[in-house]
Amino acid sequence: MSLGSIFDIAGSGMTAQSLRLNTTASNIANAETASSSTDTTYRARKPVFAAIQQSIMNPSSQGFGMGRQDDSGVGVTVEGIVESDAELQMRYQPEHPAANEDGYVFYPNVNVIEEMADMMSSSRSFQMNVDVMNTAKSMMQRILTLGQQ
Amino acid sequence: MAITFDKALGIHEYALHARVRRAEVQANNLANADTPGFKAQDIDFQAMLQQAQSTQDMKMAKSHSGHMDLVSSGADGGELLYRMPHQPSVDGNTVDTQQEQSRFMRNAMEYQASFQFLSSKFSGLSKAITGQ
Repeated sequence: MSLGSIFDIAGSGMTAQSLRLNTTASNIANAETASSSTDTTYRARKPVFAAIQQSIMNPSSQGFGMGRQDDSGVGVTVEGIVESDAELQMRYQPEHPAANEDGYVFYPNVNVIEEMADMMSSSRSFQMNVDVMNTAKSMMQRILTLGQQ
Repeated sequence: MAITFDKALGIHEYALHARVRRAEVQANNLANADTPGFKAQDIDFQAMLQQAQSTQDMKMAKSHSGHMDLVSSGADGGELLYRMPHQPSVDGNTVDTQQEQSRFMRNAMEYQASFQFLSSKFSGLSKAITGQ
C-alpha cells in the first residue's frame, strides 16, 4: 500500500484497455473476411475484464490475530477473450471463390458500429489511466521535495 | 521536554497517509471503470483521521516488552465502503467515471495541501534549530 501501487493499478488498467483496443482492431480488420463454412468463419472477439483482489495477490498479508482483512482491489485483469455467438451473416455470392455448393458465403458477426463505439470507450479509458498515473507521479515528486526550502 | 516527530508533526503525517490510501482506492475504481459487476469503493476519510488521532492521543503505557497497542496500526485502518450509484448500469458496474475522476483530482489537491502543512512544519523545526 503506497503511491507506488497506483502505478501498478493504472498500468493494469492500461494493459487491459490496450488489449480491448487490440480485439477491436482485429474485429474491424476482419469484418469482411468471408469463409465457406460456419466453423472457419471469424467471430467477433471480446475481452472479459475482472477486478484483482489484494488477498489473491498476496495471501500472506491477511490473517494473524486482529489484522483486518484488506479487501481493496489492486487493479484489473483480462480473464480471457470470448468469441461472440451471434448469428453469422449468410450471403448469396455464387461467383465468390469461397462459396459453398449452394452458392453461399459466410461473413463474420462483427457489428462495425458497435466496434467503433467500443474503440472510443477504450481509448478514453486508456487516457484516464494515463492521467491517474501522471497525478501519482507528481504526488511522488512532491514527496521527494519534503524538507527542502 | 523531548521533541518527538510524532508531537511536532501532528496530524498532518496521518492525513498524508490517508490521502495516499484514498488515491489508491480511487485509482482502482478508475482502472475498473469497464469491469462488469465491479462496485466502486471509497474510504471514510474523517473516520480514518479520527482513528489516527485517538490512537495518537491515548496510547496505553507499555510496562512489558510483550505488550501490544490496542489498535494494531495507526492510520492503516479505514473501512472500505461501497458507493451508492446515481444511476444503475446494465452490467452491474457502479463506477461513475466523471465523478470518480473529479474526486481523484480533488484528493490530489488536498494531498498537496497536507503536504504543504507538513513541509512548513519541517521548515519551522529547522528554523528553531538554527535560531535564525
